[in-house]
Amino acid sequence: MIDTDGLTKKFGDLTAVDNLTLHVNDGEVFGFLGPNGAGKTTTARMLCCLISKTSGTARIGNYEVGNRADQQKIRRMVGLLTENVGLYEELSAYDNLDFYGRFYKLDAQKRKEQIEYLLKMLGLWEKRNVAAGTFSKGMKQKLAIARALIHDPQVLFLDEPTASLDPEAAKTVRDFILELKKEKRTIFLNTHLLDEAEKICDRVAILNTRLVATGTPQELRRSLSGRKIKVQLQRVDDCIVEAVKKIGFQISEVTNNSLLIDVNDPEKENPAILKAIEAADGHVQFVTEISSSLEDVYLKLVRG
Amino acid sequence: MKKMDLQSAWAVAAKDFKIFKRKSQVIYITVVFPLVVGIAFPLIVQYALHIGSGHGITALTLPRYMDAFSVWFLIGSAVIPAAIASYSLVGEKIQKSLEPLLATPMTDGEILLGKTISGLVVPLAAIYAGSVIYMSLMDLVTHSTLGYLYYPNWHMGAILLVAPLICLLSVELNIIISSRVNDVRTAQQMGMLAALPFFGVYIASELGLFAFNNTNLLILAGVILVIAVVVFFVSRITFQREEILTKWK
Repeated sequence: MIDTDGLTKKFGDLTAVDNLTLHVNDGEVFGFLGPNGAGKTTTARMLCCLISKTSGTARIGNYEVGNRADQQKIRRMVGLLTENVGLYEELSAYDNLDFYGRFYKLDAQKRKEQIEYLLKMLGLWEKRNVAAGTFSKGMKQKLAIARALIHDPQVLFLDEPTASLDPEAAKTVRDFILELKKEKRTIFLNTHLLDEAEKICDRVAILNTRLVATGTPQELRRSLSGRKIKVQLQRVDDCIVEAVKKIGFQISEVTNNSLLIDVNDPEKENPAILKAIEAADGHVQFVTEISSSLEDVYLKLVRG
Repeated sequence: MKKMDLQSAWAVAAKDFKIFKRKSQVIYITVVFPLVVGIAFPLIVQYALHIGSGHGITALTLPRYMDAFSVWFLIGSAVIPAAIASYSLVGEKIQKSLEPLLATPMTDGEILLGKTISGLVVPLAAIYAGSVIYMSLMDLVTHSTLGYLYYPNWHMGAILLVAPLICLLSVELNIIISSRVNDVRTAQQMGMLAALPFFGVYIASELGLFAFNNTNLLILAGVILVIAVVVFFVSRITFQREEILTKWK
């Protein structure tokens, strides 16, 4: 659904996005992770035809970003939740949505139906005639998401949808995104919240001006940190440590009663490890796989 | 190239009108101007003619004063749009609502047209309403002295024809100003500088240095038209998606 090849954006001497090549599948929730200033918003703006690219190519569906003839078509097929909600605070929730519906050529009846559907789904229907300026941050964010969905776009760009929200409001918004995920809509989620990306996204990309890594959260964790198992024992002694090393495994950490062992394929390798430990008179209590968090991976990649 | 969609432009203007209705300052300036200019000047003339024993105003000199007073409609044409358009554009900047608007399929030209319509319609309504009040009251007050109805006349007609051009100039100027400031009051104050030349013309006419005859008004209209066209192109360059998102501070 979204393809970029060498996409680059420069502002004078500053390179905001450098040689970005990625592919987002149809119906996928794709997380775009990166620190502030990594180029996430610039990428979303380029893909939504809000700003021009300096070089490279990008396509949304069958349309080419940067091609003048395709710009309007792309804007019709995408919805954008901007970093700042940007609502008309003097207007009611209903009027805010009705105003935007007009630009997508939705007739009055269709607009009415779509507004009712979205506001009911977001729990704002009862507040439809209330000025948006009186809403809480979470309600404003939900209304801004409804605005991005007013024309039922195939592709939805969400730029930091939960930033600056309190935990409860952030959860409400996250739950709503999970609802959208069920509709098989392609969602491009800009975030710097790793926990959020892990909960919502099918795949993530880590950007720091350049693309640093892409994959499922699980793949990234595994490829960059390897896999480890923790073997809990009654007691650890030198014989047990030597027995494990002897069959070719690296031990990253030894405590009085546990071993942290680097493995490639725990399903296949665990029996041999346990056999060696028992042969050295070790008494195993339990074994768990320790996976590094996406945060560890992210920090490792972003900090280089 | 996409054809200009007037419905989209009108939707932008209609949205602005809804917002204006909730802005007390917009309502004040729209109501106060016609009342002050349309009522106060005829009352001054009434006072000078009947209560103040003429103050040297005669049937011969009265038209010159009335023509000079009518220049206030030109000043208003510069001032009112500056006050109102600031809410329309700087208001969008403050609320950060331009980016979602720019993400819609609307063209820059359609948004600009919508903003221009919203900046023009309310001030022009105020100017024309004020002029109707002004002409009616002035005729009422001066009829007995002049012996005929002075208004409507070509002079006022010319002023009311020039007024939309000045309004347009003021709105376009405000678009340029809005790209550089983040405060409604600053934008209003800077926009009102556009009224200074008309104040100058007014003072010159009061001092007898400038005659408000139809020829001079025609020349003035021509000059304003040329400036408005230049300012329109500058505002068109300023009002572009990328420029707004990356350079408007």
